[in-house]
Amino acid sequence: MSILDSKIPEGHISKKWTDYKDHLRLVAPNNRPKIDIIVVGTGLAGASAAASLGEMGYNVKAFCFQDSPRRAHSIAAQGGINAAKNYQNDGDSIYRLFYDTIKGGDYRAREANVHRLAEVSGNIIDQCVAQGVPFAREYGGLLDNRSFGGTQVQRTFYAAGQTGQQLLLGAYSAISRQIGLGNVQMYNRHEMLDLVKVDGKARGIIARNLITGEIERHSAHAVILCTGGYGNVYFLSTNAMGSNVTAAWKAHKRGAYFANPCYVQIHPTCIPVHGTNQSKLTLMSESLRNSGRIWVPKKKEDAEAIRAGKLKPTQIAEEDRDYYLERRYPAFGNLVPRDVASRAAKERCDAGFGIEANDTMEGVYLDFSSEIQAKGKQTAYASGNHNPSEEEIIQLGKKWVEEKYGNLFQMYEKITDENPYETPMKIYPAVHYTMGGVWVDYNLQSTIPGCFVAGEANFSDHGANRLGASALMQGLADGYFVLPYTVSDYLAGDIRTGKISTDSPEFEEAENNVRDMISKFLNNNGSKSVDHFHKRLGHIMWNKVGMGRNAQGLTEAISEIAALREEFYKEVYVPGDANELNPELEKALRVADFMELGQLMARDALQRNESCGGHFREEYQDAEGETLRDDENFNFVGAWEYKGMDINQSELHKEVLNYEYIKIAARNYK
Amino acid sequence: MASKTININLKIWRQKNANSKGSMETYKLDNVSTDSSFLEMLDQLNEQLVNERKEPIAFDHDCREGICGMCSLYINGEAHGPDRAVTTCQLHMRKFKDGETIYVEPWRAKAFPVIKDLVVDRSAFDRIQQAGGFVSVNTSGRTMDANAIPIGKAEADKAFEAATCIGCGACVASCKNASAMLFVSAKVSQLALLPQGQVEAQQRVLNMVKQMDEEGFGNCTNTGACAVECPKEISLENIARMNREYLKAMVAAE
Repeated sequence: MSILDSKIPEGHISKKWTDYKDHLRLVAPNNRPKIDIIVVGTGLAGASAAASLGEMGYNVKAFCFQDSPRRAHSIAAQGGINAAKNYQNDGDSIYRLFYDTIKGGDYRAREANVHRLAEVSGNIIDQCVAQGVPFAREYGGLLDNRSFGGTQVQRTFYAAGQTGQQLLLGAYSAISRQIGLGNVQMYNRHEMLDLVKVDGKARGIIARNLITGEIERHSAHAVILCTGGYGNVYFLSTNAMGSNVTAAWKAHKRGAYFANPCYVQIHPTCIPVHGTNQSKLTLMSESLRNSGRIWVPKKKEDAEAIRAGKLKPTQIAEEDRDYYLERRYPAFGNLVPRDVASRAAKERCDAGFGIEANDTMEGVYLDFSSEIQAKGKQTAYASGNHNPSEEEIIQLGKKWVEEKYGNLFQMYEKITDENPYETPMKIYPAVHYTMGGVWVDYNLQSTIPGCFVAGEANFSDHGANRLGASALMQGLADGYFVLPYTVSDYLAGDIRTGKISTDSPEFEEAENNVRDMISKFLNNNGSKSVDHFHKRLGHIMWNKVGMGRNAQGLTEAISEIAALREEFYKEVYVPGDANELNPELEKALRVADFMELGQLMARDALQRNESCGGHFREEYQDAEGETLRDDENFNFVGAWEYKGMDINQSELHKEVLNYEYIKIAARNYK
Repeated sequence: MASKTININLKIWRQKNANSKGSMETYKLDNVSTDSSFLEMLDQLNEQLVNERKEPIAFDHDCREGICGMCSLYINGEAHGPDRAVTTCQLHMRKFKDGETIYVEPWRAKAFPVIKDLVVDRSAFDRIQQAGGFVSVNTSGRTMDANAIPIGKAEADKAFEAATCIGCGACVASCKNASAMLFVSAKVSQLALLPQGQVEAQQRVLNMVKQMDEEGFGNCTNTGACAVECPKEISLENIARMNREYLKAMVAAE
């Protein structure tokens, strides 16, 4: 097995990044316009990278499949962004953010990357405020914070329940400025369908213009993929409909190792599934766990009566409610990390205490009544009313809740037709984020020289479980504050290269591949829709590579997906033409890659004979149902090398994780 | 959730591409769950069309939780349909009756040409942003501490409310003049309300309005349909604020 070189710099962890940066090579301003950079994806990582590199004077081409860079799925992030500012004076520091993130990731992330993330976190907030991002403020005019899971400090900055939107619009304004100045050329409604390598280096992409169907060749000296996660392999997830793995997977097929594909975050608080025609799941922000208490009935008969519609949750007496997170994890209570909260919900529902009347009885309550009482009283007192009536308390409490979470409550009501101010929300875990992704070194460079990967698309910072409000932090840190340095260092070797030609055999071969695949689908003449296969893939993934996994299920999943994949190529029907807007064709090309990825995820989960973070192998748990990690045998990043169509041939490489600054320990939130 | 199903008739705009002439086509769809969103209903119709080996209907959509601004349908004569303060992906079939006929069209505006079926080109909005919808600050992270300038909560909240615009274009589609004033004024207001944006406020409003006019959007005649149909309830106050900013800038420029 080869050794993966993570290129972690020498020196003390708190000095590594600063010292390293000081010694990286630079490209002089007069040389930058001669160098082309391709950025794929315009979410937080992509938009911030393209804006920063454009601003430096590089010639940047940015691509997104949406009709505008402003619509990338970072826009949907709700709760907040972490930063070690310690504005609340509650003991926060760079070290604590670093520690919490490593612990939250169940000791499966790379120390040096995570520390760098914590170091630059404060700059992100400064930068965003300077760009006019309207974060929530206190009455004194200073920035407000709240708590998120897996922490005991308040370090999360937010803008109501739409922090991702405000941050993305900030990054979008930065990239728009560079587009206006001519430093960034924007290609909307374009999808990357292959990576082109020349002499072993990433030198361009093949993209399809989604309006005209034209297959285009684009060359560059470096290619940066910021293409998000792969949660849609499950069909139902909180991802956008268009979110896909294709760009990352094409890089994988061209030689980029894919790391820890089995690490998937199942988010505890989403609106439960309603029916077979459902297209996606909707998240209810983790920030709600600041104010909401999670419970199911203590008595099975109460749960049954609720499911049968004979009892309402508000009729269950306080002593008959099981606030199971507060019971099991008193130190962190409702704010345990996501993987812990999700498993606990599954455990209660599997035991028959679920409250949702769907096929699987999957659902628990997220209840705001205690918070409405408490905040109502507080607000009344603050305004000098020391003897408020019950009605006044409830009214003020609801108003307080509305101000904090108004858009989330409205979203919930529109979807479920129930009023969460009056009755508890019903929630259940759903696929949300993928910690795995393209393997990158400290420079965020993949195993293909010149191919960099940032944001959710890489694997680097969150280990086996991501803490809430850390995805936004990572996206912007990578794009604004890491890539501009490391990409420049790489490009310093390219100042004499000159323009990369698109007339080479390598571009020819890649373009032909794409054309063949498209014509294969359009001439297939099968009888079933793409969605038909995607749903079946999702079903296998959710049942066998989902919240609870075991060796038998994973083995079955690998062969079931292989069979499904064969059937897909034989039986799929893709209507329309190649030379027009063709959403069915777009979906077919994406699902083809999800099929291969799904198999690899199952293989990765099968080789990892331990439970850690979001990866829960049922064989490896203690008597109380907590995860059992195996640090002796599995303290490594599993990075897979593609070896052809048969995923069973893919080869595992290991990057051993060294913990020098944090003592590796059992994760305990009790 | 009391789930039931309804049968509906649909009249949907079909148009092969930007250059061809379109027309309304009729479809019948049975067993639509009232818990389905409007877009899930269209998924169901498309599945039916694919199974009949017919070409499915192209429509824009992505996040399906009301925040990306990609979905854009004119339903029964209203942008994003009959419900208030929602995007089409948040509109649910419980708002429709069994046996009802539903009309679905693309946004109609000179500045938003149809690409195919229900999909339109809204890149004019991007170009308006590029003309000035930003603060000219480099992304070094070395600006000043985020708490260096306190901003009153009321002002910050107003800026935030303006900033919640999702750029979907419902305001343009709802306006009899196809004006983009609500969209442009939301961005102008957000930045004019914050100290960070005030330095460039005058140039910004002039540049953005100039670009808006060049894109072929109509003028504002204070009808207010935009604010009624806006899924994010962006207020008309923003238009008033932009007009003040514009006048100030004009006077200063002369």
